[in-house]
Amino acid sequence: MSGGVTTEMKFHVLAVDDSIIDRKLIERLLKTSSYQVTVMESGVKALEYLGLLDDEKSNTKSHSNSTTWNQNEIQVNMIITDYCMPGITGYDLLRKIKESTVLKDIPVVIMSSENVPSRINSCLEHGAEDFFLKPVQQSDVNKLRPHLMREKEKGKENQFNSINKRKPIEECLSPDRTRIRFNNDLVA
Amino acid sequence: MEVNQMQRSFLEYATVLFREGFLDGQFSQLQMLQDESNPDFVVEVVSLFFEDSQKLLNDLTTTLDQQNVDFKKIDAHIHQLKGSSSSIGAQRVKNACIAFRNFCDQQNLEGCMRCLQHVKQEYLLVKSKLEALLRLEQQIVAAGGAIPVLSEFS
Repeated sequence: MSGGVTTEMKFHVLAVDDSIIDRKLIERLLKTSSYQVTVMESGVKALEYLGLLDDEKSNTKSHSNSTTWNQNEIQVNMIITDYCMPGITGYDLLRKIKESTVLKDIPVVIMSSENVPSRINSCLEHGAEDFFLKPVQQSDVNKLRPHLMREKEKGKENQFNSINKRKPIEECLSPDRTRIRFNNDLVA
Repeated sequence: MEVNQMQRSFLEYATVLFREGFLDGQFSQLQMLQDESNPDFVVEVVSLFFEDSQKLLNDLTTTLDQQNVDFKKIDAHIHQLKGSSSSIGAQRVKNACIAFRNFCDQQNLEGCMRCLQHVKQEYLLVKSKLEALLRLEQQIVAAGGAIPVLSEFS
């Protein structure tokens, strides 16, 4: 499958925060990690970008009505959002994403300046991948890569399982193979 | 003044600001995000902070001046100011906001007014100090020198 050109596709992260300072900060942090970044200043704008705003009207045709964004071209690998935002909060955004059949598998990370355990637990329970306390540090952003890689691997694995049905049998064989090799080593 | 001397002045001044609590580790984090491809990052973030804070302080003054004080609005403004000051490492402003918030929770108008004065004071102090620090930084860069790393303060 991987033959000639390895085109390193950059992960695309959507960052949502109502603070202009925090938007600048998270954008820089994410770009330092070589992610492609799109920043939105509100939950509403984020929903619009993701094509979820029309869901209120009709559940099925949620992606064809967007006027500004071409939903077919937008690929988001992760969403990182502030919790406290006017209008639609980060929590509301999380719920809407996890309720969407199309977007529910996108990892969502919540950021907050307040350390409220019940808030953190609630977000994690509703599918948030992680919760960062503000101010967000480089070390926090470094934690994102495994979540993104895992989703990427899941995508690859699904492809692999549907093509190659021998995989489960190979897993059974390996312990035997190890034993045979061991005996050979002794003899040698 | 030669570059080494400028760099020493910068470090000495930064040390004082950290020691006196005007700045905390978060400011060092900002410095570390600045590089050749983003040479103005710190100045840009700090400028945004100044603009945002001035507006918030004006709004706070107006809101506290009303006949019927809207404490919810006050709380929202302070939350924002506390957040942005925390994000750039303006520690004393952040702490002043925390105190302000407590009085706001109690709906203590007099306490709020005193806190607003305190926050304004701290803001003006850190503003002038940051401007001075960033001026030193600019001088170093203009003279072809590298900005000393502040990682020991994080």
